[in-house]
Amino acid sequence: MSTVTTPPALSRLPRRRIAPNALVYVALFAISFIIVVPLLWMLLTSFKTDFDAITSPASPWPNPFTIEAYVTLATGDLPILRWFANSLIAATAQTAIILVTASAAAYALARLEFRGKKIVFGAIVATLLVPGVIFLIPNYLIVDSFGWLDSLWAIIVPGSAGAFGVFFLRQFFISLPAEIEEAARVDGAGDVRIFWQIILPLSRPALATLAVLSFLTNWNDFIWPIYVLLSPENLTLQPGLSVLQGTYSTHFGIVMAGAVIASVPVLILFTLAQKQIVESVASSGVKG
Amino acid sequence: MADSSLVTSLRGGSRLRGAAVRPGQRRPVHNRRTLTAYLFLAPFLVIFSIFVLFPAVYGLWISLHVWNPLLDDHPFVGLQNFFDLFTPGSLTFDDFWESMGATGIFVVASVPFLLAVPLAIAVLLNRRIKGGTVFRGIFFAPYVLGVAVVSVLWRYLLDPQLGAVNAVLGLLGLPSDTPWTVDVPWAWISLVGITVWWTLGLNTVILLAGLKGINPDLYEAASLDGAGAWRKFTSVTLPGLRPVMTFVVTVTLLSSANMFGQSFLITQGGPGTETRTAIMYIANQGLVQNQMGAATAMSYVLFAILAVVSVLNFRLQRDNTK
Repeated sequence: MSTVTTPPALSRLPRRRIAPNALVYVALFAISFIIVVPLLWMLLTSFKTDFDAITSPASPWPNPFTIEAYVTLATGDLPILRWFANSLIAATAQTAIILVTASAAAYALARLEFRGKKIVFGAIVATLLVPGVIFLIPNYLIVDSFGWLDSLWAIIVPGSAGAFGVFFLRQFFISLPAEIEEAARVDGAGDVRIFWQIILPLSRPALATLAVLSFLTNWNDFIWPIYVLLSPENLTLQPGLSVLQGTYSTHFGIVMAGAVIASVPVLILFTLAQKQIVESVASSGVKG
Repeated sequence: MADSSLVTSLRGGSRLRGAAVRPGQRRPVHNRRTLTAYLFLAPFLVIFSIFVLFPAVYGLWISLHVWNPLLDDHPFVGLQNFFDLFTPGSLTFDDFWESMGATGIFVVASVPFLLAVPLAIAVLLNRRIKGGTVFRGIFFAPYVLGVAVVSVLWRYLLDPQLGAVNAVLGLLGLPSDTPWTVDVPWAWISLVGITVWWTLGLNTVILLAGLKGINPDLYEAASLDGAGAWRKFTSVTLPGLRPVMTFVVTVTLLSSANMFGQSFLITQGGPGTETRTAIMYIANQGLVQNQMGAATAMSYVLFAILAVVSVLNFRLQRDNTK
């Protein structure tokens, strides 16, 4: 992978550059250490006994190694498996809604000329800059009026109205050459066919990236679910962790096991889609 | 607008096609396409209107009332909720501005580190090294975790009595009784440090992309002029990064100003209410204390201040460019 980013100029690199680079590697390994150790500590602590977690805080190695914390979580009063399922359902459903609604809207904004286009696009983009707290209380009342308080609908629907997906896909759709579409129009294809059979297949990488980013955002959301989800069995994992910390305050092995359970899906997703995630984020600043 | 274009399209646009339209101006097609476009937009616009546009206005309406969701009657009070926020001695004045002060402290303390640390790392990653993408991936990894995961993890590691950080410091012969999460300034240091640890990968990858966009010829020209590493950094790297930097500074300022989860979970706003941020106070006032009118008024004041700060930041950076 690294060979891709290494410029061809590497071969004519003067030898004396190697010494400063050694210092660069030392610095990069030191930062990696600071990033990784707390995560490993979390993982290892989750395999400690309750007693071990409290009595030997300076040693991350479980002694003995046990899955007791996970068993306690799975069989205890707090329905963490239910939370996991709730998180999975909510994040998946919201991602699906975003992909459908945002790609259709982005197609109109990127490839069609129509009256009011500037106003619609302007309204969507303007909301990108509005802090979320503005919507917190009004949306709480709106969700309540739909009877969605304490239900997954509250976690799925309002968040799928975000402007980001439309903005992101529009940028990508606009970059596709006009010719591909014109050829199809000459063959008599309508907008629906062009959207479905040409634009969407060509945009698979962008759609995949948006899917991953949407899933992560929903999975990790905290402030909204802690206020709209009320009963213990209806929580998602993030507010669940808050309850877990309150319930098992110093039973750190159990709390860390909960944190591991909430981390594993997103870390797997990140490992699989690292390139797409990092590159979409990286380009946000250059384009913006 | 949708209605009229619907009618036109149902008529096949014949009326307009027959009209004296200037050559090359294909209005019928245009109208039919307007209908098509709004059909494509409709699903998004429906949820966008209900959960983004409407609440932005509804919030202003709420802020003009004493709004307790448990009561049927929401007395209209005009701008009283806003006046209260600017009247010393009112019910909300002290607490609100204390929380705004806490947010201010966090912004001032965190933003420099959230810019400097990622910039330094990006400069390192921009060198011709092997494994750059692997390091980049490692540095970015914490950012994909939720604030709840990051917070319960560090709440444990930094526990003054039972946490790993103090225990390890003790083994190294350093003070092992630092009250990381329960006293100031330690609580602020912890909150800033955790936030840097969690999000440094974000700004790093954005700044790295900016660095890669700088023309290498500029560095060569600077070398020929005898510029050293530091001189190159200040006269080529920093000016070259300016457009990206404006974006990064703005986004970082706004996200630090919206800090909530770390304080909520790690310090619970303590000691006392010293690390209770504005978002934490607003959410609590509105959704726990049921003071929704006052809380929405606060959210708009916060928004207005952030808008002013963002515009000032933009102008400042633009003037620097001249």
